[in-house]
Amino acid sequence: MIDLRENYLSKHTIRSWLLTIDHKRIGLLYLFTILIFFLIAAVAAGLMRLELLTPQGDLLLPETYNKMFTIHGVLMVWFFLIPSIPTVLGNFVLPLVLGARDVAFPKLNLLSWYLFILGGSFALYGVFAGGVDTGWTFYTPLSTTYANGHVMTMAAGVFIAGFSSILTGLNFIVTTHKMRAPGLTWMRLPLFVWALYATSLIMVLATPVLAITLLLMTVERFWGVGIFNPALGGDPLLFQHLFWFYSHPAVYIMILPGMGVVSELITCFSRKKVFGYSFIAFSSMAIAVLGFVVWGHHMFSTGQSAYAGMVFSFLSFLVSVPSAIKVFNWTATLYKGEITFSTPMLYALGFIGLFTLGGLTGLFLATLAADIHLTDTYFVVAHFHYVMVGGMVLAFMGGLHYWWPKITGRLYPEKAGQLAAMITFVGFNLTFFPQFLLGYLGMPRRYHAYPEEFQIFNVLSTAGASILAVGYLLPVVYLLWSLKNGQRAGENPWAATGLEWTTPSPPPEHNFDQTPVVTRPPYDYAYQSTFHPREVEQTLENV
Amino acid sequence: MSDATAIAATDPATGNARAPGDAVARADAYPHEHQFDNLAQQTDAARLGMWLFLATEVLFFGGLFGAYTAYRYVYYHAFAEASRELSVLFGTLDTAVLLTSSLTMALAVFTAQSTADSPAARRRSGRTIALLLLATAALGAGFLVLHGFEYYEDYQEHHFPGRTFFFPGAESGQVELFFIIYFCLTGLHSLHVLIGVVLLAVMAALSWKGRYYGGYHNPIEISGLYWHFVDMVWVFLFPLLYLIAPR
Ligand SMILES: [Cu+2]
Repeated sequence: MIDLRENYLSKHTIRSWLLTIDHKRIGLLYLFTILIFFLIAAVAAGLMRLELLTPQGDLLLPETYNKMFTIHGVLMVWFFLIPSIPTVLGNFVLPLVLGARDVAFPKLNLLSWYLFILGGSFALYGVFAGGVDTGWTFYTPLSTTYANGHVMTMAAGVFIAGFSSILTGLNFIVTTHKMRAPGLTWMRLPLFVWALYATSLIMVLATPVLAITLLLMTVERFWGVGIFNPALGGDPLLFQHLFWFYSHPAVYIMILPGMGVVSELITCFSRKKVFGYSFIAFSSMAIAVLGFVVWGHHMFSTGQSAYAGMVFSFLSFLVSVPSAIKVFNWTATLYKGEITFSTPMLYALGFIGLFTLGGLTGLFLATLAADIHLTDTYFVVAHFHYVMVGGMVLAFMGGLHYWWPKITGRLYPEKAGQLAAMITFVGFNLTFFPQFLLGYLGMPRRYHAYPEEFQIFNVLSTAGASILAVGYLLPVVYLLWSLKNGQRAGENPWAATGLEWTTPSPPPEHNFDQTPVVTRPPYDYAYQSTFHPREVEQTLENV
Repeated sequence: MSDATAIAATDPATGNARAPGDAVARADAYPHEHQFDNLAQQTDAARLGMWLFLATEVLFFGGLFGAYTAYRYVYYHAFAEASRELSVLFGTLDTAVLLTSSLTMALAVFTAQSTADSPAARRRSGRTIALLLLATAALGAGFLVLHGFEYYEDYQEHHFPGRTFFFPGAESGQVELFFIIYFCLTGLHSLHVLIGVVLLAVMAALSWKGRYYGGYHNPIEISGLYWHFVDMVWVFLFPLLYLIAPR
């Protein structure tokens, strides 16, 4: 195997990876790291699903089960979902689509990865030294007074990883403002950039509040004082306000980048200009802003005032509007498009369906009266998994396949990719749709045993989880296979628009030999097809 | 893009016209980092980065200010009682010292900005800038010393939260809440001052030989942004902690 020219992967030493300030390599470092966390968190989920196969608590002790859902939640939220698309695909793609040589602060970028590793080490130590059983929300007084285990180690891990997230967000915002190629005006930016920009704003503005919340929790636990302890004059609701002030916007950190990726995929594989560019762009910003004022919907049943509940309910309905705008625009883009069902497109279409279902069930939960019935049931679990897994994970997989040729210079086997995408879709629905029914019937979350009438749905869910596991493992196999054996990708295998496709695959170390100049509007597929004939079909035939 | 060269483009960072492919052609007085096209772009990026960092800091302190607001609303009387235990004299001294340090900081930035690009002028104002920065750092250190005395006094009066805390009366727990927030806020603020003192000392050393002048003074300006921010947090802390109760 002889590489055609020097590229960012040409150096092979470990040192060249650990000290790299190249955004593309840092993206790959993140990819490797978050997959490890994903694996551990997925194993925890697998154990839970196995336990829930039977109504009796026979596989795990109750305490172990509590630790499993805490590990699953903490690792999935902070060490997989939040970093997933921004730090892997964002890091790799953002400077490329801006026509820049790197992000604005490459050293800060590397520092952010090291902070992530440090935070991750704390969290893993917490996991393996005995686990934590507070749930990912660290609610007080459970976390401060009663919880055994390694709450502080885990919280320290999340605290440190938070700073990694802040640095990434800061870097992306400055990069988007200051590093755009000549001619690349704001309204010509790929929609993925708008999504990353909105995400970064949330990272920069919400994460510090989480940091201060965890700090206060630490003070309470170490000094034995009562910041959130009602017995000593504190108020546990304050913890929840502070926590959700971060964690609701964080939900949008976990979905906005996915929406950005899907906007790219839908247009590319419909070979059409995106419908309503500015609506999609500004709906990302609207989500970022509105996302900051809906946190109270997590406390409808915890003694928050009825008036606050009404306001938060109304605002939660409002925040669904920009998301709906996106779904309508994607659908309109598909209309009369020249659609190819290649792997990234299958993931993107899956995203639209599952995100819509996840979003609509969110409205059930934003309704005050319905929420009283559904709070803390499997309905909530199903709802956010439809958004987080059906949404973000599918978008991540779609984006990874879409940019894989750019990242590695190789094509993945298309048939295998399509198969994996469909297996994932089926497995996902079989896992989580029964949980909507379970929740509606009243099965509470976070219990290791349950009444017998719920068993049928739990069996379906566990069966789905094993199919889902196949859907996740298959890409690992063929993507690794493609590194050596995949067909060479060429500059632009999808005949896509966007500056990242104007440079070789894999790109040279500084991305572009000449700073590119942008002269055309975004997603100009009509124009693109005239001088860059479509190769996708042939590519599909060849594999 | 195939027909790219026909169209004149504008550099988004500087607003200057930029010919395609001139990325490395510009000669700058100071070498800029490889990812930037020129020093102006680097300067702009660094400045925006610092403002964003300060936005993060606002929200970081904001969480604590939120906790303060919630508890002061609920425990209005106890917070007034607790505030009376703090020394207004110390608080005023703290404020005076910090505000003065912002003056010396602003003077340092001003001197750097108005230095002409000649070796003699740069050497001369290099000293001035360094001394002004050192004065700023010294005032910051003075603030920390003053605060250390205050903490010691608080500790002796059993106002440090936890096992040694004591306050007579039924509102003891609520007064303790005030002191928890007081120590968290001032402690975090002092940590920021400490970081600032170290930063300014380093900047003073860098300035001494005339490194910064009208054409290149961004690091000083950015350090100044940070220092003024730390100062401004105190401007909020002083009235909210020391001055909320008539004495
Ligand atoms: Cu929420």
